[in-house]
Amino acid sequence: MTAAVFFGCAFIAFGPAFALYIFTIATEPLRIIFLIAGAFFWLVSLLLSSLVWFIAGTITGHKDGPVQKYLLIFGVLVSVLIQEAFRFAYYRLLKKANEGLKAINPEETTPSMRLLAYVSGLGFGIMSGVFSFVNTLSDSLGPGTVGIHGDSPQFFIHSAFMTLVIILLHIFWGIVFFDGCEKKRWCALLVVVLTHLLVSALTFLSPQYGINLVLSYTIMVLMGIWAFFVAGGSCRTLKLCLLCQDKDFLLFSQRSR
Amino acid sequence: MLTFMASDSEEEVCDERTSLMSAESPTPRTHQEGRQGPEDAENTTQWRSQENEEDCEEDPDRYVCSGVPGRPSGLEEELTLKYGAKHVIMLFVPVTLCMVVVVATIKSVRFYTEKNGQLIYTPFTEDTPSVGQRLLNSVLNTLIMISVIVVMTIFLVVLYKYRCYKFIHGWLVMSSLMLLFLFTYIYLGEVLKTYNVAMDYPTLFLIVWNFGAVGMVCIHWKGPLVLQQAYLIMISALMALVFIKYLPEWSAWVILGAISVYDLVAVLCPKGPLRMLVETAQERNEPIFPALIYSSAMVWTVGMAKPDPSSQGALQLPYDPEMDHDRHPGCGEGDPSLFEEQREPQPRQNGPEPMEDPKTGGVKLGLGDFIFYSVLVGKAAATGSGDWNTTLACFVAILIGLCLTLLLLAVFKKALPALPISITFGLIFYFSTDNLVRPFMDTLASHQLYI
Repeated sequence: MTAAVFFGCAFIAFGPAFALYIFTIATEPLRIIFLIAGAFFWLVSLLLSSLVWFIAGTITGHKDGPVQKYLLIFGVLVSVLIQEAFRFAYYRLLKKANEGLKAINPEETTPSMRLLAYVSGLGFGIMSGVFSFVNTLSDSLGPGTVGIHGDSPQFFIHSAFMTLVIILLHIFWGIVFFDGCEKKRWCALLVVVLTHLLVSALTFLSPQYGINLVLSYTIMVLMGIWAFFVAGGSCRTLKLCLLCQDKDFLLFSQRSR
Repeated sequence: MLTFMASDSEEEVCDERTSLMSAESPTPRTHQEGRQGPEDAENTTQWRSQENEEDCEEDPDRYVCSGVPGRPSGLEEELTLKYGAKHVIMLFVPVTLCMVVVVATIKSVRFYTEKNGQLIYTPFTEDTPSVGQRLLNSVLNTLIMISVIVVMTIFLVVLYKYRCYKFIHGWLVMSSLMLLFLFTYIYLGEVLKTYNVAMDYPTLFLIVWNFGAVGMVCIHWKGPLVLQQAYLIMISALMALVFIKYLPEWSAWVILGAISVYDLVAVLCPKGPLRMLVETAQERNEPIFPALIYSSAMVWTVGMAKPDPSSQGALQLPYDPEMDHDRHPGCGEGDPSLFEEQREPQPRQNGPEPMEDPKTGGVKLGLGDFIFYSVLVGKAAATGSGDWNTTLACFVAILIGLCLTLLLLAVFKKALPALPISITFGLIFYFSTDNLVRPFMDTLASHQLYI
């Protein structure tokens, strides 16, 4: 393991999230604050899930063997449910904050709920990705041989890609979730929770990386398309954007002339 | 907009600095040094200057958030909210930088995690056979440390009340001399040892001399704002590293908790030393000492208010002199507190948008706050058994605490302590992440499960 593995895996896992942060969040102070608040909410949800897992572990008496595995599965599922519950709680908090900000300065443009959905999804995703992967990353800098005891040698690459897909999924889940809450379409919430459970459950097939990754990325692409349409995009706007004929681009190029 | 550090020269005459400043600001700068004075007095006494540093960091704990000067209340709220997010980020960045420097040093340089003795302020050892004895020793250490801090704060308030500005100034100069030269030399030596880089003494002398001299000029006199900010971050990080090295494990956590409580009491109680200091400064219409507070923008508007009482971090909002707010100076050793900056009355407040920039001098945060935040995160990095999750959790917790504190400042518009909320969150998250989250995440990572 070398610096090459470290940098490669770090950029794979966190590159897109970092780019999204730099281009969309870093310029606006309010968005940074909402991002960090989202990360904090995810952290609290993780804390609660660890507490539940710990209590379940002490109740069953820390026996080794299959009990631990079932306990872990239980912990993962409970954690997913708690994360989604906290996503809902963050939605409620943002709604209240938005109303408060609007009441106080009516002419000031406060961020729209869609933007906050994206920011909160990114906050959840970044925190989730970082907590899952950073210890593995720091181990990859040190000495050792991966897979020396018969495990897969693609441990790091797989973890990096998995982290990336989780981060992107959190963004799309955030957008779809908030939209579902806004329009009171509870089936959207249910789909988000179910896909989250599905993606986490897929990781139980741990040594079979291929099917795990392919399915997760498929789900990510589908969620991405759904989030794109939910956020107001359409085939027409996509075409305009790709052909550099959309309104923002035209305005921008006119200004620079 | 001003970009230079307000000078601390006592012979305040019409030099280029004053001509750059708005005409209305009287700003007797001499009082800025006041805060630094008490620390230097201690420093000169014995070689164990490290323990004197806590005075340093207490002093800088003043934290001023300049909002909008007194306006009609609806407008005022709107403007403070409009500037609120920007000010929060203006504080997030230096706090993050300081923490990054401390964590990077802790993780790479062995020296700061080795135990090589303790400060005289924490005489009781923690190498005891029983848990109860260890707890008792750490509580006693905390009591001694906090009483030293209280005594220094009261001493500073007394000095300030009796206008011994030269003494205070000398004290502050001595303590920053020690930080900038001695601690930098030690730090540089340890970093060079870690990376096995050879450096001869003449080069070392040149580097340390230049670094220290420019630092003294920037901090106590005039200099570019960014350079001054960088130096303040550096000395906060150095101070935090000293604490991380010399405070024993349990004592450090108990001290962090106790100092938040002390900060709360000192800033909010009517007879608290910090509050008295700020009130005295406001009565005298003197500015805050800029040398021990981090300021994100150099605007010394008129009628600048309080001479920064010793290092307590004070979060200040510009206030309308007509509105008789009660302000609490973040004063005294190490009491972070927030207090308001006095603003020039009407003429400047009613200016249109472009004129608001000169008035809204960024936010100021006392260096003591930086130091204690960094101590918390650094201790989490040092003792977290190589675990980055604990460090990150404490980092996020502290930032959220700072955000909430600023929100409270915008709501209450008076001096508030900057430590309690952040340190409480930080401590809660440290202990819970270290004991609950770490085993869970480690088990998940080893099985490659993702939640």
